[in-house]
Amino acid sequence: MSKHSSLSNSPKISEWLDFSQEGELTLHTGKVDIGQRITTALALIAAEELSIPFDQISVRKTKTDVDPNEGYTAGSFSMQHSGYAIKKATATARKIFTQKAAEKLNISEDKLEVSDGQIRAKGTNQSLTYWELMSDVNLEIDVDEDVQTKNTSDYSIQNKKHIAKGMAEIMTGKYQFLQDLKFENMLHARIVRPPHYHCELEKLDPDVISRLEKENIFVIRDGSFLAVAAKQEYKAVKAARRISLAAKWKVEKQLSEENIYSQLTANRKDRFFVEKGCVPSTTREIPELTTMNEDEHITVNAVYQKPYHMHASIGPSAGCAHFDGQSLQVWTHNQGVYPLRAAITEAFDMSKENVSVQFIPGAGVYGHNGADDAAFDAVIIARHIPKYSILLKWTRDDENSWEPYGSAMHCEIQASINKKGKISSWSHETYADTFLTRPITGKKPATRMLSSHYLENALPWPVAEPMMVPHGGIHRNMEMLYEMPEPRLVKNRVYDLPLRTSALRTLGAYGNVFANESMINELAERANIDPFTFRLNHLKDERAINVLKKLQQVMEKDTPEDEQMGKGIGFARYKNSAAYCAIGVSLTVTEAAEVLLHHAYIVCDAGEIVDLEGVRAQLEGGFIQAASWTLYEQVLYERDGIVSRDWDTYPIITFDNIPKMHTYLIENPGKPYLGAGEGAAGPAAAAISNALKDATGLSLRKMPFNSDTIMEAALEG
Amino acid sequence: MALINLHVNGKNMSVDTETDTPLIYVLRNDFDFKGAKLGCALEQCGACMVLVDGEPTNSCVRAAAEFEGRQIETVESFGNPEKMSDIQQIFAEENVAQCGYCTAGIVCSVTSLFRKTKTPSDEQIKDTLNRHLCRCGSHSRILDAVYRIREVAIR
Ligand code: FES
Ligand code: FES
Repeated sequence: MSKHSSLSNSPKISEWLDFSQEGELTLHTGKVDIGQRITTALALIAAEELSIPFDQISVRKTKTDVDPNEGYTAGSFSMQHSGYAIKKATATARKIFTQKAAEKLNISEDKLEVSDGQIRAKGTNQSLTYWELMSDVNLEIDVDEDVQTKNTSDYSIQNKKHIAKGMAEIMTGKYQFLQDLKFENMLHARIVRPPHYHCELEKLDPDVISRLEKENIFVIRDGSFLAVAAKQEYKAVKAARRISLAAKWKVEKQLSEENIYSQLTANRKDRFFVEKGCVPSTTREIPELTTMNEDEHITVNAVYQKPYHMHASIGPSAGCAHFDGQSLQVWTHNQGVYPLRAAITEAFDMSKENVSVQFIPGAGVYGHNGADDAAFDAVIIARHIPKYSILLKWTRDDENSWEPYGSAMHCEIQASINKKGKISSWSHETYADTFLTRPITGKKPATRMLSSHYLENALPWPVAEPMMVPHGGIHRNMEMLYEMPEPRLVKNRVYDLPLRTSALRTLGAYGNVFANESMINELAERANIDPFTFRLNHLKDERAINVLKKLQQVMEKDTPEDEQMGKGIGFARYKNSAAYCAIGVSLTVTEAAEVLLHHAYIVCDAGEIVDLEGVRAQLEGGFIQAASWTLYEQVLYERDGIVSRDWDTYPIITFDNIPKMHTYLIENPGKPYLGAGEGAAGPAAAAISNALKDATGLSLRKMPFNSDTIMEAALEG
Repeated sequence: MALINLHVNGKNMSVDTETDTPLIYVLRNDFDFKGAKLGCALEQCGACMVLVDGEPTNSCVRAAAEFEGRQIETVESFGNPEKMSDIQQIFAEENVAQCGYCTAGIVCSVTSLFRKTKTPSDEQIKDTLNRHLCRCGSHSRILDAVYRIREVAIR
C-alpha cells in the first residue's frame, strides 16, 4: 500500500480521473480551491502529463463519497498530496492509453506521440483520442507510483503564465460563491448570538416571537441557540435585530482582562522539550536555562510578542443545508468536507449515508475560520425546519466576535555568540494557546463546533491536546536551519486563556519565525557582521544559501539608497520541509510614527513550479497579509466581550501601504513540489521588524507595529 | 411594502419590497445580479460596490428606494466570461483575484475611474482603491493591473 496519504486512501486511477465526457477530462480531488488556485495547478499537471489542452480539463468541487478523502486543505500540503497523486495518476493513465493505442494501431509504442489529447502514429495521419480508447482501457487499477513521468525538458504547459480557472467568472460577477446559492423554497437565515462565550439564554420575550411568526418569520430556539429565517433576506436581518433586543442573557463568567502575555506565562500549561526535527518530546527533561560566560560570549535576551489575530475574511462565513426529514445535504466553504460530515453525523446521531457535504467556494478562509461553524448552524436550522433550503450568512459582527482566532504568542529567546561571531547557545521558549480545534474525524468532532455548546443538549467545550507531531502547532518553525549547538527549545501549551483559538495560516510559525529571525539580526548586529553574511555563515543547506544569496543580489541592485530608508530581511524554510523563502523589505517611518512600506523582495524555492502565477500570488498575498498582521492587527476585547467587531475596530492593511513587489522564484524542475502558500508570513514579519530597527534604531518586539507601539518604544528608548 | 422602480444595467426593473430594503438585497435576490457581495453591511469594505450615475457607490446600507430614477450599473453589465471588458480582460490576464470576493466591487470602481480619465494619477488610483479592502493580499497585482490599464489607455 502506498505510503502517500492520498494514494493510500484512494489508490485507483478512476478515483482521480474521469474521461466519461467526450473531449473532457474531469479531475477529482479532496483539496478545495480557497483562492490558492489549487484547481488551476492540478489541471496544469494533468494537461502536461496527458498532453490535453488546459481548457479541456475541469476540476470537481469536492463532495463526500464522490471525491477522495484528503483530510483538510491546509498546511501548504495540497501540492504534496493532491498534486503528487494527480501527477502519478495521469502518468499511469498515459501509459495505459498509449499501450492500448499501440495495440489498436498495430504499431510499436515508441512510434507514437501525444498532443492535444490525440495519440498519433508519428508521420502518419493515424490517431486515436483518449475518449475513443476509453471503453477499451481499465482505469480501475492502482496508480503506479514508479511510473515514468514526463521528462521535464519536454514540458510545454506548466510553469507558464495561464489565466487561472474561474478568473473570467470572477471578473464578471458570474463566479458562484456559496453566498450566491439559490434554490426553490429557500429561506435566508441569521443567527442571534449571546454577548460572548460564557452566557446562557435566560428569557426570550414571547410577544416578540409571536409577532415575528405572524410576519412569516421562523424563530429557531434550541437551548441558547437562537436563529431566524425568512423568505426575504432583509426581513431575516431585521428580525435578528429584534430578537437580539428581546433576548436576555445570563452571563456566567466574564472574559479575563488581565494582560494576555502575563496570562501566557503564568497560566497552567504543558511544557515540552522540542527535539531535533522539531518534535516535542515526552521523555526528555527540560534543561535549566544557563548563561554562557561573559568573557567569551555575548548574550542577548529578548521577548517577542504577538496578539490574537483574526482570519477576518472579507466575506463573513456562510453555510447552506437542506433536510428532508431523513437525509441532509450541506454546502460549505470550509477546508475539509469529510471532517465536517463526521461532526454533523456525531452531533445529530445520523448515519454517514444520510449526510452529504459539498464544497462551494466562499471568500478566503486562511485556516479554521467560521466556515465550519456556519455550516453547522445551517444544519441546526434545517433540522428544525425540514424541507426548506437554508442559506445562513453570518454578519460581520458574528464573524469578528465568534471565529476561532490565531493565538497570542509570547516568545522568550536567550542567545549567545562567541568571539568568532558564531551562535554558541540558543534558548527559545514559546507560549501559546492551541492552534488546532478543527473537527477531527474520530476525535469527538461535534464538540469542536461552536453552536454545539449552546444547544439544549449542549456539549462541553473541548480542550485540545498538545500537538506532538514535528512542526505541529505552537512549535512550528521553532527549529531553524542554522548550524549551532543543540538549542534549548521549549513548547508551552498554555490553558485557560480568554479567547477561542484554532488554525490561522502558518499556526505558530509566524510568531516563532518573527522571534527567531529578529534575534538573528540582533546577534548579527552584536557580532558586527551584516545580516546576510551572518546567516550564510551558519548555513549548510545549499537551497537555503541560494535563496539568501539571490535576495542579497536583488536588494543591492534594486533598492535606491536613501538615508531615511530602513532595510531588513527574514528567512525560513516553512516547517523545514516546504518552500524556502527569503524576504527583504525597505520602509520609512513618518513623523506620526506610521510605517510606510516601499519595496518587498521575495525569493522562493518551491521545488518544481506548476502554476507560476499561482505561486507568485500566494507568496505576494502571504506577504501582504502578514504585513497587515504585523503593522495593524490585534483582536481587542474587554470583560463584556469582543471589541473588534468591524473594520474600524479591527483595521487591516489598505491599498495605500502596499510596497512594490519583486518576486523571484528559483526554478527546480523535476524536484518535488514544496508548498508555498504559507512560506512568506514569518519571514515577512521579521523583515519588517528588522527594517524598522534599521530605520529607527528601535528594537520592536511587540506587535502590532503601529504608531502607538512605535511611540511607546521610542519613549522607552 | 411598496413598488420600487429601478434602472439597472440599462433596463427598467421593479420590485415589490419593504421600503427600507438596502439596494444590495434587491440587486442580488430579486434581480439576480450577484456580483455585488455582502462584506460588512457597514459601508466599510467595498465588496458591495456598484455604480450609480457612474459613481462608485456602496449598496449595502442605503435603501433601494433612494435610487429610483438613477442609473445603476453592476459588474455584470461590463462584460461576460466570453467577452470581457478591456479592464476585466487585463485583470484576468494579470490574475489579480485570489478568492475573488472583493474583486467585483473593485472592477466597478476601476471602470468608473477610467471612464473619467484615461490617465489617472497614482494618487487617484490609490484613492479609488482605498475604498476597498482585500484579505487575500491581491493588492499588488490589482495595482499592477491598473497601471497596465493606464499604459494601454494612453497608447
Ligand atoms: S458590504 Fe458594503 S461596504 Fe462592506
Ligand atoms: S481576493 Fe480574496 S478578499 Fe480580495
